[in-house]
Amino acid sequence: MTAWVSFRVNGAQVDVETDPMRRLADVLRDDLGLTGTKIGCNAGDCGACTVRLDGRQVCACLVPVAQAAGTEVLTVEGLGSKGAGPGRASEVAPREFGDLGDLQRAFLDAGAAQCGICTPGMLMAADDLLSRSPNPSEPEILDGLGGVLCRCTGYRKILEAVSAVASRARGPETRGPETRGPGARGPEAEAAPGSAVGTRMAKVDGLERVTGSAIYGADQAPEAFLVVRAVRSPHARARFTLGDMAPLHERFPGLVRVLTAADIPGQNRYGIYATGKDQPALADREVRHRGEAVAALVGDAATIDAIADLDVPIAWEPLRAIPDMEAAAASAAPLLHDHALSNVLVSGRVVRGDVEAALARSAVTAEVTVETTFVEHAYIEPEAGSARRVGDRIELFVSTQTPYMDRDEVALILGIRPDQVRIIPSAVGGGFGGKLDLSVHPLIATAAWLLDRPVRAVWTRPESMAASSKRHPARIRAAAGADADGRLSGLRFHGDFDTGAYASWGPTVANRVPVHAMGPYAIPAVLATTRAIHTNNPPAGAFRGFGVPQAAIAHEALMDDLAAQLGIDALEFRHSNALRSGSITATGQVLRASVGLAACLDALRPHWAEMRAAADVWNAEGASAQRPTRRGVGIGAMWYGVGNTSLTNPSTMEIGIDHDGSVTLYSGAVDIGQGASTVLVQIAADALGVPAATINLVSGDTDRTADAGKSSASRQTFVSGNAARLAGADLRAQLLRLAEAGDQATIALGNGRATVTEAGGPAVTIDLAELAAVPGTDLTAAPVLLGRGFFDPTTTPLDADGQGDPYATYAFGAQVAEVEVDLELGTTRVLRVVAAHDLGRAINPTQVEGQIQGGIAQGLGFALMEAYLPGRTENLHDYLVPTVGDIPPIECLLIEDAEPAGPYGAKGVGEPALVPTAPAILGAIHHATGARITTVPATPDRVRSAIQARNR
Amino acid sequence: MGSYLRPTSLPEALEALGAGLDEGRPRVIVAGATDHFPARVGRVADEDVLDVSALADLRGIRAIDGGWWIPALATWADVIDGNLPPLLDGLRLAAGAVGGRQIQNRGTVVGNLVNASPAADGTPNLLVLDAVVTVASRRGERRIPVRRFVTGNRSTVRAADELVTGLFIPAATGGPTARSTFLKLGSRAYLVISIAMVAALLVVDDARRIVEARVAVGACSPVAQRLAALEGVLAGRAAEPGIGTAVLPDHLMGLTPIDDVRGSAAYRLDAAMTLVRRALEGLVA
Repeated sequence: MTAWVSFRVNGAQVDVETDPMRRLADVLRDDLGLTGTKIGCNAGDCGACTVRLDGRQVCACLVPVAQAAGTEVLTVEGLGSKGAGPGRASEVAPREFGDLGDLQRAFLDAGAAQCGICTPGMLMAADDLLSRSPNPSEPEILDGLGGVLCRCTGYRKILEAVSAVASRARGPETRGPETRGPGARGPEAEAAPGSAVGTRMAKVDGLERVTGSAIYGADQAPEAFLVVRAVRSPHARARFTLGDMAPLHERFPGLVRVLTAADIPGQNRYGIYATGKDQPALADREVRHRGEAVAALVGDAATIDAIADLDVPIAWEPLRAIPDMEAAAASAAPLLHDHALSNVLVSGRVVRGDVEAALARSAVTAEVTVETTFVEHAYIEPEAGSARRVGDRIELFVSTQTPYMDRDEVALILGIRPDQVRIIPSAVGGGFGGKLDLSVHPLIATAAWLLDRPVRAVWTRPESMAASSKRHPARIRAAAGADADGRLSGLRFHGDFDTGAYASWGPTVANRVPVHAMGPYAIPAVLATTRAIHTNNPPAGAFRGFGVPQAAIAHEALMDDLAAQLGIDALEFRHSNALRSGSITATGQVLRASVGLAACLDALRPHWAEMRAAADVWNAEGASAQRPTRRGVGIGAMWYGVGNTSLTNPSTMEIGIDHDGSVTLYSGAVDIGQGASTVLVQIAADALGVPAATINLVSGDTDRTADAGKSSASRQTFVSGNAARLAGADLRAQLLRLAEAGDQATIALGNGRATVTEAGGPAVTIDLAELAAVPGTDLTAAPVLLGRGFFDPTTTPLDADGQGDPYATYAFGAQVAEVEVDLELGTTRVLRVVAAHDLGRAINPTQVEGQIQGGIAQGLGFALMEAYLPGRTENLHDYLVPTVGDIPPIECLLIEDAEPAGPYGAKGVGEPALVPTAPAILGAIHHATGARITTVPATPDRVRSAIQARNR
Repeated sequence: MGSYLRPTSLPEALEALGAGLDEGRPRVIVAGATDHFPARVGRVADEDVLDVSALADLRGIRAIDGGWWIPALATWADVIDGNLPPLLDGLRLAAGAVGGRQIQNRGTVVGNLVNASPAADGTPNLLVLDAVVTVASRRGERRIPVRRFVTGNRSTVRAADELVTGLFIPAATGGPTARSTFLKLGSRAYLVISIAMVAALLVVDDARRIVEARVAVGACSPVAQRLAALEGVLAGRAAEPGIGTAVLPDHLMGLTPIDDVRGSAAYRLDAAMTLVRRALEGLVA
């Protein structure tokens, strides 16, 4: 039954004939093309689809479209000064900065949009708030935005942006940013060439994020595509038999094809590691985890929606599953894979000195056991994408962090050459490691290849949570010792990591953790071992930090304990043991430069002292007033090797000048919200010597860019940044050669000419139109000059004892967190975090702060609330990530201990920011309560029982 | 795709419900739809729907003879913005603790009750308010005390042809001095399902004596429960700080919390006790 529904959208009348119970969000997106309204959960849990309905913010996913009849709907597309009626968002949204609404402009200026997937919902919530209360108090702002989840920013820059608009409403005296002219990107746009690095330039891809016009994986017009939906296992381990599909086809004529394992054209096995291709695109007779795909339905959208999983004839024979690592180790445990003896996928090991002797000699020793759970990436954009066959090639438009690995994997699955595969990354609505694995790719590629018709797939939230990779649960036992002077003598660490049913990035975790397991300290004797263990859980893979955040809980608890036993201040204990320039790491690597941990701790020292003292005073008052809450302040320190562990790690960047004088950076490095594109443009601009605002960007498309490697391991600024710098320098050298000018000459481009001027000399003009086109990776472009940069950081392999130089550079950092714990309820509120990070050089301080704040938000979630339990927390109301009300003020202290091998001295910060947060929070809980929590998340019940156990 | 009706009058709505039952296809009732859609993510939804959102008579919280009327379409935002008396403070606090502003703008107090989740934020408040549920069908109208309305996890006495038209909150018993409060315990600031929650209402006389006390705990049993034994102990006591010490573990004996992802059963009981004490202390402070 359909009905006509009439309402107004962004001021324009619309009439839609549709199922009256369709979600308004679907009608806006699919029927009206207003894809600025995003869908993150379809359950009112994330707020990404927030629109204003007769002025009030609502989740468009929870409004039957029939209830919109006669109403006025405002979406993000209507926020600009021009507004926009129906029409595809990419076409109707404001194209000029001058057309932006105040909130949009403020979000752009503040860096409040990272990946941008929550931005439209956040903007609409803020718009509703400010229309009701133009000058809101902070609690009012929090209440107004509380219904929208952001996984990237840590909310602080969003609050900054909303407050800026609110304060502008108070009076004209603070109207700073509005004075910028239309079309400008801020003062940086007019900045002199060569001065982009170090500025707070707005994101180069920010405009489309604050207007809702960026095209994410699910945002292509749906009518052109068939839909692919996987049928997934409800069992953790089972054998299955697929029945006759003919009756299903008969019942659902719109069902075009049911794909099974037998239909995979190439190899029905994929995985990151050449040696570890163990994951089937479609399971063949046996499933190894709940949520594994066993068949794929292909058909028109309405048909696929109408088919329930139970309609598909599958006979299940559930088998005894391995629920955890303990069960996996049992002698009678079934083996998940023949190559993983005792279900151990891989082991890691770093040995230096005699740790047992060192511990025996130590004046004090400490031990700790740490247990963590699966953690879900919970990017607000579920996995999505489309595929189409073009002759003997396949093209995928997908949300991904790693287009080139995707290309090679899809080629294997289809049995074709990699150059027959084109990956076009969509805008990525959050990744955090989770979009380093294939998701929709195998099934959409197979369907498009076999049917020669365009297909698309968009995972539901429960599907995303069941089928995507997770952070590894860890069980860690560690011990450390120090001499009476407070020098660390030895540290022993063993960590088991539940890597789930398939390898994914499990080997990376097993290899990276032993290198980092002792923390950022100089310790003469270390034994660090790890195992990645298979279970019938979802595959655990890459998640911001690759196991290091779990390990940091252990080493930082040990540092606190040792310092306390010795009566040494916890910060000073870390300071005196910190790795420094000249230190030798546990892998035997000599750190030569850019070792800024001591500087981070120096910067934190005054905050630490003041916060500890204030907490003690507050607690003393609280005790006498019989207040049930106590405050505490904790500290965490970290280090993190930038890039792959002892593996080649190259990036190639190209930058070209067209005959008209326009400059384009061809970057294969995907911006997943972290700001890579902006940072690379800034670096390339300075290396070339032109204003950053004049550089165009082609990003990620494997047909148009060279392989820059994955957006992972905090490597893009360091590795691709170097490649971008080299590319810019190469292009500059070519221009200067043509002009026969020296190094110091300036370059001006435009109107088909390059003008090169030496100080005091005449300008040399090069007529670009007269130059012949040169071949580049991008076959659709014809630059007349092309600069290329290639960088691969210097590493060496680790030997059997884990000795070698696994990374070219390391990031360092430390954070101090203040918490308030309710002793009677066990609840923990984080009141303040001060974060000091040595990132070599902040190419863009706004992006850096965004990474730090966002990392802290994820670290806070890891510490206090996030626990993924297969089959039980497969949604965003049972799986909790921090809301705007959970993130405290965060002060960022940027330490710039330049890395000589880095572009303009830069290293990386994406993952490091998350690592010390949980240790700092857990240390703060200990300070507040005396209870040391080592099982995370530290949920209220755990904290309460730890307090009770102490009191007994 | 099922059939869809959005009548504008109550008789039409009741007729549709009755007819649906007669045909063996009872209609699913939708108002704000904030519970309806989340229960159908990734599922085939082909049921017949009765959308009651156009029943204009069921809008608007208002004072009526002897109390307050919260009609079926009153949203949480209506409660927050409604300038209601201290009697309804607890319900207002609950309204601000439901989901985020988006849910508060759409979700209804009645829908929350009828959905009958053990963690429904409204229910403990309606219990301490002695709310009376008005249920209508083409067979007539009946009134059911809220404590008899919800019978279990996701189950109520509403028949398939019946529509809850609203809630009557009697003011008389409490008198103008009645005040209520609500405390919700969750693991994060917004968008959180209760681990435990407490609603409490006190009527205090001029001599600061408790004339009547009502206390209910939610999320610690399949249906939120009044703590009758505690209420008996509180009546007649002085309304002064320290009242929380009157709360004893025995008073919570009737609760049957479960272990789940949000907390253990033992923790829930322990936390509920703290919340009850704090709610009472808050009301006498």
